[in-house]
Amino acid sequence: MRTFPIGGVHPSANKLSAGKPIEVLPLPDVVNIPLGQHIGAPAVAKVAKGDKVLTGQLIAEAGGFMSANIHSPISGTVTAVGPQVNAQGLRQPMITIKREGDDWVETIDRSETLIKECTLDSKQIIEKIKAAGIVGMGGATFPTHVKLSIPPGKKAEILIINGVECEPYLTSDHRTMLERGEELLVGVTILMKAINVTHAVIGIENNKPDAIAHLQKLATGYKGVEVMPLQVRYPQGGEKQLIAAVTGRQVPPPPALPIDVGAVVCNASTTVAVYEAVQKNKPLIERVVTITGKSVKNPRNLRTRMGTPISMLLEAGGGIPENTGKIINGGPMMGRAMVNLESPVTKGCSGITVMSGKDAVRREPSQCIKCAKCVAACPMGLEPYLMAKLAQKHGWDSLEENMITSCIECGCCQSSCPSYLPLLDWVRLGKQTVMGRIRARAAAAKAKAEAAKAAEAEAKK
Amino acid sequence: MANKLIVAPAPHVQSDRSTALIMRDVVIALIPALAVSTYVFGVDVLFVTAVSVLACVLFEYLIQKFLVGGALTINNWSAVVTGVLLAFNLPASIPWWIVVIGALVSIGIAKMTFGGIGKNPFNPALVGRVFLLLAYPVQMTSFPTVEGCDALSGATMLAAVKQGAVGFDALGIQNLLIGTMPGSMGEVAALALLLGFVYLLWRKVITWHIPVTILGTMAVFAFLVALTRGGGALLWQMPLFHVLAGGALLGSIYMATDYSSSPMTVKGGVIFAFGIGVITMLIRLWGAYPEGMSFAILIMNSVVPLINKYVKPKRFGVK
Repeated sequence: MRTFPIGGVHPSANKLSAGKPIEVLPLPDVVNIPLGQHIGAPAVAKVAKGDKVLTGQLIAEAGGFMSANIHSPISGTVTAVGPQVNAQGLRQPMITIKREGDDWVETIDRSETLIKECTLDSKQIIEKIKAAGIVGMGGATFPTHVKLSIPPGKKAEILIINGVECEPYLTSDHRTMLERGEELLVGVTILMKAINVTHAVIGIENNKPDAIAHLQKLATGYKGVEVMPLQVRYPQGGEKQLIAAVTGRQVPPPPALPIDVGAVVCNASTTVAVYEAVQKNKPLIERVVTITGKSVKNPRNLRTRMGTPISMLLEAGGGIPENTGKIINGGPMMGRAMVNLESPVTKGCSGITVMSGKDAVRREPSQCIKCAKCVAACPMGLEPYLMAKLAQKHGWDSLEENMITSCIECGCCQSSCPSYLPLLDWVRLGKQTVMGRIRARAAAAKAKAEAAKAAEAEAKK
Repeated sequence: MANKLIVAPAPHVQSDRSTALIMRDVVIALIPALAVSTYVFGVDVLFVTAVSVLACVLFEYLIQKFLVGGALTINNWSAVVTGVLLAFNLPASIPWWIVVIGALVSIGIAKMTFGGIGKNPFNPALVGRVFLLLAYPVQMTSFPTVEGCDALSGATMLAAVKQGAVGFDALGIQNLLIGTMPGSMGEVAALALLLGFVYLLWRKVITWHIPVTILGTMAVFAFLVALTRGGGALLWQMPLFHVLAGGALLGSIYMATDYSSSPMTVKGGVIFAFGIGVITMLIRLWGAYPEGMSFAILIMNSVVPLINKYVKPKRFGVK
């Protein structure tokens, strides 16, 4: 069975909610919609205080090519457009809407009927996906239409659907694959058409045999679609790791992109959202969120409207447990610890993980013993111990030589350190600094070239 | 919940294997060899080991408490590992005060001078052993006689063969495997050491690359030399002898794999191990000493920073 070539770890899976069918969370009375909930420029608000909106109505428009539209997840009245405190405790522009009923935009097809046929061409499909504001729902929130717009000179050869869900605890993709298999597969054919490929692979880790069997059975009805079981190993859901696992091709270091090896990767839940956008005119206004944690009374998967306060999800899980230390937006390997529980569910929020007691507290670090477990664990073939040390000593040039910009921040190094060193904290600091220096260098080079050009033009006069 | 949430960057998962647990695993892996050694050489073995461990832990404590300061690290078991390994490199008949001097050199000079665990460029137990070998050559090379090995009269197999006193086949294979032969306390029990190796692999404390490369290099080297010496039965006797006799197993499994004095990458580890294998054989066959394992490991220890600088892991996406 295939997997990615270098490093990786095996954190305890703890998929507590894997057997829980998706349920619908009741609608919130008030939602807060951040304008920046995707990679790229924040969206620009198209509504003002006092405006009435319908469910599915466009309320903020993409603020550039690398950006995404945002739609109202409920119907009601806009009560504010301005800064609100987000999950990390920072102020961020949001649109606040007070709910009045749930009246949907008319053009959205809310029926359950499966529509297999898609007569649109590539450009029209991408346009519809863009209009629906779809971004990567696995957590990276990369605008999907950007991913599907193949740059000139490049060619897509394979579509890979990411059904790996290697992050411990989370089960939203797993349940979606099980319960919405047909929609997923139609979504796959639509994406294949959008990027003009004849071969698609749905990669699923072998710890989800039910999803593998289910989709394998359904996939026989869809030409060119293959379901590939993968060895269980974190971070297989990382884009580069998944491409390597499925195709054996390794995406070169940044700035190279997956398309440079002919691959386009799309998350499983995102693919279902693509189906809904293209076939049902439904924008991305709800998603499945896993509420989970060892101390959570009722771990479950909930279809949740965007903008719903996370406190409602915690309530639905049986309330905040005693002895709770950390509440994580996402899973324990890459999720972000939350400061504000009233902050909203966003497009990239696949789960809320509650950690309690000792699990929530970092242990006291001790001296590095050079055990090399971080080097062995790194899926990018880097040397975390060295990068952490260099970052502490401001060895930026050396960090660049040691390819720190390749780090995908998966956390394998830190989670395997027996000395409990905050390796990734230092690596992140180093990576951000080095990337800043690379950008500054590029800007300086550009300015110099322009100055030289100007001087030349001056001389000609 | 006291209305307070803990906030820290990801990952929110930490290893369940602390430094102390890893070091304790090494000690556990050495217990079978300790038991066999006690069977072969008597209770002196336990006495020497106890003195060595106590002295190592005590010196680390005293140095941290009164000289260098900082957090105490004696509870992480690493001084215990050094103590057991140092004892394993000594004859069972060694006077206790020599053991204490060895512990002082191991912990005081080879480990704490450089900053303690993880920072020692050389294997502390081996520095202690080599110091004692140079300072007390007589005591360090007088081994208690072992029943059934009269032909050796207290010399190790390596020494006896080197002097030409006996052939490779002077002892049966069962002596070599079980360890009923003269030698350092911990080096003789081949099977027990291999059992510990399996335990370390199972617990993922070490990987197989360094030990297997060292032993493989030595076996191939011995095989090639046997070819030049007429072949025949020598072709299997000589490689087998060099892998099982002396400190090859103890050194390759437990000393060359010391975290801080071995390379950080698998590729680097293989280069390091190959060097150890070759140097050991050069010393054993043509050097002044019958055994070269300690010197070979220490020499290659000194190359480790260079290896770490130039031998990089296979980077993802780079051909």
